[in-house]
Amino acid sequence: MKMNVDDKLKILADAAKYDVSCASSGSNRKNKDKGLGNSSSMGICHSYSEDGRCISLLKLLLTNYCIYDCAYCVSRSSNDIQRAAFTVKEVVDLTINFYRRNYIEGLFLSSGIFKNADYTNERLIRVAKTLREEHNFHGYIHLKIIPGCSPEVMEEAGLYADRLSVNLEIPSEPSLQKIAPEKNHSSVYKPMNFLTDRIKLYNDEKKRFRSTPRFAPGGQSTQVVVGASPENDFDILKLADNLYNQQRLRRVYYSGYIPVSDDNRLPALKTPPLIRENRLYQADWLLRFYGFQVDEIVNHQYQHLDLKIDPKLAYALRNMHLFPVNVNLADKEMLLRIPGVGVKSVNMIIQARRYGRLNFEHLRKMGIAMNRAQYFIDVPGRPIARVVEDPFKIKSAVLSKDKNSQLTLF
Amino acid sequence: MIFIYDDTYEGFLSVIFEVYDIKTRPDEIHKKSHFQAGLFGETLEVNTDVERASRVINGLKKKLSARAINNLYRCWLSEIPQIEMVIFRYVAYALKSDKNIESNYAHPDVLEVKKVVKMIGREVHRMHAFVRFQKTKDEVYVATITPDFDVMALLPKHFKDRYQDQQWLIYDTKREYGIFYDLEKVSEIVLENAEWQGRNKVQRAVLDEGEDEYENLWKSYFKATTIVERTNIKLHLKHVPHRYWKYLPEKN
Repeated sequence: MKMNVDDKLKILADAAKYDVSCASSGSNRKNKDKGLGNSSSMGICHSYSEDGRCISLLKLLLTNYCIYDCAYCVSRSSNDIQRAAFTVKEVVDLTINFYRRNYIEGLFLSSGIFKNADYTNERLIRVAKTLREEHNFHGYIHLKIIPGCSPEVMEEAGLYADRLSVNLEIPSEPSLQKIAPEKNHSSVYKPMNFLTDRIKLYNDEKKRFRSTPRFAPGGQSTQVVVGASPENDFDILKLADNLYNQQRLRRVYYSGYIPVSDDNRLPALKTPPLIRENRLYQADWLLRFYGFQVDEIVNHQYQHLDLKIDPKLAYALRNMHLFPVNVNLADKEMLLRIPGVGVKSVNMIIQARRYGRLNFEHLRKMGIAMNRAQYFIDVPGRPIARVVEDPFKIKSAVLSKDKNSQLTLF
Repeated sequence: MIFIYDDTYEGFLSVIFEVYDIKTRPDEIHKKSHFQAGLFGETLEVNTDVERASRVINGLKKKLSARAINNLYRCWLSEIPQIEMVIFRYVAYALKSDKNIESNYAHPDVLEVKKVVKMIGREVHRMHAFVRFQKTKDEVYVATITPDFDVMALLPKHFKDRYQDQQWLIYDTKREYGIFYDLEKVSEIVLENAEWQGRNKVQRAVLDEGEDEYENLWKSYFKATTIVERTNIKLHLKHVPHRYWKYLPEKN
């Protein structure tokens, strides 16, 4: 039976949706010679699926045929599902026509592994190359790098894609061996480290020679599946921190495991661990934008993030001796540690206090989340009733007011 | 005194010049088209004077950054009732102050301007996100919008940068004007006898034959990419408020 594009789209978008990466930002590919598309540094979500996730890129598998049998994956070879494969032309045509109608920012292309890693990746690259060279397309392209891919193939991928990603999937080697016996961590780290070096090399060259081609200007990212294996939040955040510092990744995505099989190598989950996933993203934000060290958030003593409250509040409640913070005098680093105060509010505070002393009312009007911040700030006009120093009382007060505002980060 | 101007930004700047010229503080400032004469208050209709308007801008350049001056224009585009008075008080504060005041967020008008600029920025971003073109038989990609604020003037660069090789038209069906890119430049246009389908879409009769196909493929994609186990309609609605659904093929 010959399948039409609509049937393939249903199957291969459905299979690709478990990759949670959605960013279309951080690249700088400018339209030229009257081409199509432009990638600015700010990404755009063109829609949101009914699970609340950003739809920015056309996220597809080239095919869901796969020679591997990883227990967590819906496309695993032992799974009895309908298989399909796009032609290069079909993917190119969908991308161009969706982009022209302003449905998407570009393409995210992954694939099941057929034959071997290089063979698969070469097909993905062919799509990107056609878009760039035959259609003068400057929109965003994210290509998946299949573990085990050779340097020559990755080198070519980097010249056409904005972002590349190799997925770690399972956070530790022993767990990976158990769940996906055909894979191992070194087959992921090898390409990841190669790309890290390449990106740095091209960036350095670019500074010296303007004609140096761009190599994955949006950098690389990875995905870690959470809850399919026993690693705790300390393990996961340590891993992420290393990926940011050593591999210079732009993003680590956390994907709460969704049961896609009843394989007995996997835990029996009724619902995906969505709150845990949300807390990991909040902790990730603290690492990247708030200057926190991993062990301030989780450590040997506190190995799991508190599911009831956000990690910054949890940190503050464990470190009451650092609070209240004098909003008119404290340095930026400390302002960023006040629960309920975000990066933008901190910048507003620092600018505004140069004109005169700020009081409680000023902060409230600036939009600071006082339901949390009020317990941790020292500022003129703070109502006496808000002076509570017992962390347990603060936690229960915040929780009673906060009931409806959970899970709003994504 | 109630000042009236001709609906243009230059007209509004001319009012500011006039206020300083005749040394009379305004109680209210209104667009002519929005003003309904009340029982009380003396009114003064100010003629638009491009020369005077640019003198106001030049005066502000000595007190404010280019960005802050541009933000006042963005604020004015919000069409929020009485936004003119907020901008006027901001300008008066900037002019009389010895140092730059633009980040004194403890000042109510400075904070208000920042908030409105943020609202405008969000609306522009939503237009970047939610504009949906439909291809017509004559090869023009057409989209209709009805933004909360009059942000059309802030849209050309973004769409010109990304769609250089296709003709496109974005039309505000509420304010009845649009911008058209003819493969060379973007110009403002007003359509005579424009007949939209339900005001929000291009009439089916003028659409290209392939249009249905791509809309349907997009709907299929939208459905297939949702993870049912994670359904979170509340979050979905927060990101895609109901009032934008009319633009989106995936939502109707």
